[in-house]
Amino acid sequence: MDMDFIVDKEAKTVAITREFQAALSLVWDAYTKPELLDQWWAPKPLTSRTKVMDFKVGGRRFYAMVSAEGDERWVVQKYTSITPKTNFKMFNAFADADENLELPGSDWNLSFSEQEGTTKVSISIYNESLERLEKMIEYGFREGTAGQFQNLDELLATLSR
Amino acid sequence: MKRDIFQAIADPTRRAIIALIAIQAMTPNAIAEHFDTSRQAVSKHLRILTECELIKQEQKGREIYYQLEIQKMKEIDKWLEQYREIWETRFSQLDDVLATIKKRKEDK
Repeated sequence: MDMDFIVDKEAKTVAITREFQAALSLVWDAYTKPELLDQWWAPKPLTSRTKVMDFKVGGRRFYAMVSAEGDERWVVQKYTSITPKTNFKMFNAFADADENLELPGSDWNLSFSEQEGTTKVSISIYNESLERLEKMIEYGFREGTAGQFQNLDELLATLSR
Repeated sequence: MKRDIFQAIADPTRRAIIALIAIQAMTPNAIAEHFDTSRQAVSKHLRILTECELIKQEQKGREIYYQLEIQKMKEIDKWLEQYREIWETRFSQLDDVLATIKKRKEDK
């Protein structure tokens, strides 16, 4: 599936759009239920481990990105707005293991829509600083390599057969 | 205090300066001639860009020339490309999860 990835440096915003071959309710669950989120959120070989998740306005998800060596990188996502199966917004920030936030964070806006069994997800991420973006990349990508995309593509091909 | 590169390139005048000196190194005077703003304002932009290490000064005779740090600009693009790849991986994994759930439902 093609992904749109547009960086607007002036607006300090990254806009990402992607379609998924699944019904809206299923995609919505994959973004809003911890047991599903943990299965895909962390780019391999990192894993995602949600410690707390309360998907409601004012609630939060407190999770760790865990490396193969067991190093944890904690993140807090606070939900600021939720329109079920349509949109949610959250404030995202790195944190320590005691949930002390490392500011600045970023503001996320996620929209969902379905057409003929295909669900489109549009994500816009406003970053106050590029340094922060750099940090996100550092933690999300340090362990990853391009070779893994191929593994995933193969796996997907097997599954959809 | 270390300056933020995103701030540096968020300003239209600073982006215009980068575009100008990307073509050739220029003196502060020559740069200022391209803008309606005051010399002081241009100097301030040059200082910010220098602090971000996006441009550097070079003394040639009695003149100071500003030139672009191409490597630093490339770094920005490299970060962004890596960020894109994180999302590619993440979404491939989501495809996988969605396909598994769908299959499980069909098998029931």
